[in-house]
Amino acid sequence: MATSQTEGFAPAEPIETVVNTYPTTSGGTIASTVPVGAVYAEGSALDWGASLVEGTVVLDEKVAPNAAWSAVVKQGHVLTIVDVGGNQSADCLLYDAADPEERYSVPDTLAWQGNAYVRTGTVLRSNEGRPLMTVVANEIDRQDTIGGACGKESNTLRYGHHVMFHHGCRENFLAEASRHGLGVRDLVSNLNWFMNVPVEADGALGIVDGMSAPGRRVAVRAETDVLVLVSNCPQMNNPCNDFNPTPLRMIVVAPSSPATSHDANSQSPSEAAA
Amino acid sequence: MTTTDGPTADTSPDAAPATVRDLHLTDSVHSARDDARAQGGRAGDWMPYLPASTSPHCPPGVDRTSLVWAETVAPGGYTHKVLARGSRLRFDDPTGHACAHLLLFNALEPVERLNVADTLKIPWQAYLGVNHPLLSGDGRVMAVVTGDSSGRHDAFCGTTTDTWNQHKYGDSRPEGPSPSGRGLFVKAAAKHGLSRRDLPPSVSFFQGIRVEPDGALTWQGGAGPGTHVELVAEMPLLVLVANVAHPLNPRSEYAVGPLRVHAWRGLATGPDEERFTATPELHRAYLNTVDHCEARGL
Repeated sequence: MATSQTEGFAPAEPIETVVNTYPTTSGGTIASTVPVGAVYAEGSALDWGASLVEGTVVLDEKVAPNAAWSAVVKQGHVLTIVDVGGNQSADCLLYDAADPEERYSVPDTLAWQGNAYVRTGTVLRSNEGRPLMTVVANEIDRQDTIGGACGKESNTLRYGHHVMFHHGCRENFLAEASRHGLGVRDLVSNLNWFMNVPVEADGALGIVDGMSAPGRRVAVRAETDVLVLVSNCPQMNNPCNDFNPTPLRMIVVAPSSPATSHDANSQSPSEAAA
Repeated sequence: MTTTDGPTADTSPDAAPATVRDLHLTDSVHSARDDARAQGGRAGDWMPYLPASTSPHCPPGVDRTSLVWAETVAPGGYTHKVLARGSRLRFDDPTGHACAHLLLFNALEPVERLNVADTLKIPWQAYLGVNHPLLSGDGRVMAVVTGDSSGRHDAFCGTTTDTWNQHKYGDSRPEGPSPSGRGLFVKAAAKHGLSRRDLPPSVSFFQGIRVEPDGALTWQGGAGPGTHVELVAEMPLLVLVANVAHPLNPRSEYAVGPLRVHAWRGLATGPDEERFTATPELHRAYLNTVDHCEARGL
């Protein structure tokens, strides 16, 4: 098929865009379709929740919609992430705080447990196969770590070149990583708390409507001192949150009693493969 | 001094079996040099074929004078190469036990690299096969699968770590009997100025994984001897390959066979080819790649 670069695919249909106007120093205004602002729809149901694990609160922060966040969670402490508005993807990367070259690894996490989804008991493994964090409580069926992050460049493949200047998680990750001396070399495939990415029998996969709701939570225990990076996904083009990015709440506690429900070091590869 | 100087091996039938010491006369610089030179030109089971056109395994239909890379990678071995845009890359699994773990980098800007999440998410497809793009995190297609007679591949489990192989085999040393894929990738990357920081998740060919409805990752194994996979490099690529046992291979011994690698000169996919517009996502990935390469003068 002889196809020029402008044929073969019809021009995109007119897109509903929000045009933001900004004052200029000369007294005029300029218009931009780049979405801005940490806003969510009027009347959105919000449930700020609380820690899933009893303990002394050492950190309690709110992450605005679209924004990035990071913190070091000390070994033994438990981070609860609250999906305040429901179906809000919390894109997440983990690093060994003492040696950030050791970081979260999707394939090691999946291969070690012999399963593609993240649930209670999943040990979040590093690129060296070691435990970084363990999921100790989880209020949705399964968490995603296949779908990766949105980025303005990869969004052009998905939705068309008109989205090139939208905000994305990769940009959030880069900005937040730079605060810790990390850069683009340090971005790898990530977790997506509260996002739903099923794999069908024929290999078809995709981000589909979420299985979360306002106030749903997941709790992860640090197995070593872990730097946690989160991008509260802008979800500019993903309908699973009705295009309505909502806040997250991040609560870190020093548990009242050490969690013992799962020993991160007990599972062997052969057990996983069996 | 001549090469006849020094001791000579006793070759009489009653002599004790010759030791390495008996067989190599290295008591002087000249005899050491002669001894070393006498070993040149030997062939082995695992080796590069130089020049590539001398490969005894030139793929069918390929003009051997266009070969730029020909090698048989040992079980537990690794290799690496920088390939020009448009190069064709073929892996052959002669025994049915190879496992080609693959990482790709933009050879000119190695911060652009294979992104496995995008490679699955963007095409809406978890199982690698013909026309599946290998995407970077920068919205561009690095390579595309153009041929596949195996159908047993994996983009979920990545490769093995030292920790994993020590658990499973009791040894993970790169020079040992069961090297890890990551250990070999670290070596290959280091030879291009990259470190372990630069190693994202990899994909692997020839040992299949399928995802069950509950998420369980099921081992398929290989498709038997004699299968191959072909790729086209859509930008200049740094290619790292580790040929190691798949992490979920259920056999207790380190099971991996030799891997053949061939590459030859070719052209990148152009707008007139069906592949260029096979899907809207692949079409835009190609537009992004062509845009990048045109601006780069490639």
